Amino acid sequence: MALVRCQDLKKSFVKGRETVDVLDGINLEIRQGDFLALMGPSGSGKTTLLNLIGGLDHPSGGAVEVGDVPLNAMSPRQLAKWRSENIGFVFQFYNLLPVLSAQRNVELPLLLTRLSARQRKANAATALKIVGLEDRAKHKPGELSGGQQQRVAIARAIVADPALLVCDEPTGDLDRDTADEILSLLEVLNREHGKTIIMVTHDPKAAERAAAVLRMDKGRLAQDAA
Amino acid sequence: MNKIGLLWANLFRSRARTLLTLVSLLVAFLLFILLRTIALVFAGDGFGQASVHRLVVAAKYSIIDSLPISALQQIQAVEGVDAVTHAEWFGGVYQDRANFFPKYPVDPKAYFGLHSELRIEPEQLQAFINTRTGAVAPKALAEKYGWRIGDKIPIQGDIYGKRDGSRDWQFDLVGLYTGLDERTPQIFLMHYDYFDEARDYGEGSTGWFIVRLQDGSRAAEVAQRIDQLFVNSSDPTRTTTEAEQARQFMQQMGDIGLMMNGILGAVFFTILLLTGNTMAQSLRERVPELAVLKTLGFTDAAVSALVLGEAMLLCLLGTALGTALALLVAAAIGPGIAQAIGAFEVRAGTVVAALALSLLLGLAVGAFPAWRARRLSIVDALRKA
Repeated sequence: MALVRCQDLKKSFVKGRETVDVLDGINLEIRQGDFLALMGPSGSGKTTLLNLIGGLDHPSGGAVEVGDVPLNAMSPRQLAKWRSENIGFVFQFYNLLPVLSAQRNVELPLLLTRLSARQRKANAATALKIVGLEDRAKHKPGELSGGQQQRVAIARAIVADPALLVCDEPTGDLDRDTADEILSLLEVLNREHGKTIIMVTHDPKAAERAAAVLRMDKGRLAQDAA
Repeated sequence: MNKIGLLWANLFRSRARTLLTLVSLLVAFLLFILLRTIALVFAGDGFGQASVHRLVVAAKYSIIDSLPISALQQIQAVEGVDAVTHAEWFGGVYQDRANFFPKYPVDPKAYFGLHSELRIEPEQLQAFINTRTGAVAPKALAEKYGWRIGDKIPIQGDIYGKRDGSRDWQFDLVGLYTGLDERTPQIFLMHYDYFDEARDYGEGSTGWFIVRLQDGSRAAEVAQRIDQLFVNSSDPTRTTTEAEQARQFMQQMGDIGLMMNGILGAVFFTILLLTGNTMAQSLRERVPELAVLKTLGFTDAAVSALVLGEAMLLCLLGTALGTALALLVAAAIGPGIAQAIGAFEVRAGTVVAALALSLLLGLAVGAFPAWRARRLSIVDALRKA
């Protein structure tokens, strides 16, 4: 069953007087439970594709559906709510809030739910336990290593139990060993917790850990994939 | 954690900067409350003993012009007038110009008879009546300068010299009086007869008349009658309430309200720039973080509200601290100031005005950053992260 469906997806940006086509008609289906790596040279459109699937941006043409929900038709407000319930994001530079502890960073997405404060705290603790950082809950990002920060970011991405994890170069800022740990964690989330994962990466070793690899170049997939 | 917790955490992301801004706000609101309190006094709104049961008759065009003492009999005869006395601004310096307190030559018996709120021992009042060089002082003033009954109080005349060419006046302190409360004006009272006989000019005149009414509800009518009496004379009058007279007297120094508002305007303009800069800087540093919040599902409005809320919280905190300190300062120095200017009491309305100003300031400094936060594009902001 396809979780993500992109049909003739296009995205262009205006730079000065020039229009740059970043995505040029992408057709793609990602099944529920997939772990997909998206590779390609810089500027090939990987992150743009990820942003459209994650509901962070609107396409210039075509359609993107996630869980049979057409994202094109949604208002910014609806998209924000949809993201909070359905998508977990993991960034290359973690993007944690430096003023909050690990526990509170993980709790952030739950502020948008109707959960009680106690329940939010409990869920955040569970997410931190899943990523193996229950003993670092009170530490602020500045007191954690890069790998630990990325684990906190992953805990934040899964705390609201979204179906889809969108990861943009999650190991791009980490050394080999730490990157392997993060990739193992993503594998566990995919295999044992049933999360569908789309991961943009430049690292062939990271891509090897995914179940499937798609290559992009000049705004197109090497071959339209399903 | 809740959204308030998030707001609080963000507010103190740069502790030094936030604390410095808070101190600036604290000082601004401390000044606001103290200066507004003084301005309200000068607006003629703070004289506890001002009463519509008494009127003040002064020269029409300026309160520094004098009136003939003979007018007293005419005023006494006006229908609705119960009693009349008179007083005059003597000026004068006791030892040093810094030792300022008002000094009035008065008719002892009539003055105390008309100001029933003033308390003096009968034998001391009698001594005042009987002693031409006699004077009485408020108890608090006597304590301040260490005066005792029997002391000779030297006053250097600045407005009035003596007929013998000297400016050295000397009065025998024969009594001490108290008022209803600490707001009683601290006036040094001397014998008019001695003053009038010894002064170098202006004999037979006085500064103003004080009229006690038979019926306080007819104040306007009686005031009109008195002024009508002198309308075609060489000394036309203007009859007002005591509060209005006090206000006019203090306004001689200048438009105090305008001065206070000018100072406050400059202070708050500076604070607006300072706090605005703090908020703008804080927003610039946090663009990627705000984008992350939006990514996680916070709506544009929610992120905008967080930024605006931060500005409001900062201003309200500064106001709360400034108000608390102002109340402490007012309690400590208020009685002293009240003696000099008649009253000094922070009113609830002033605190409410400070709160309203704080909310306005919060809106003014938070609105633009909040608008920018609302318009922030997630994709662009994350690209810059």
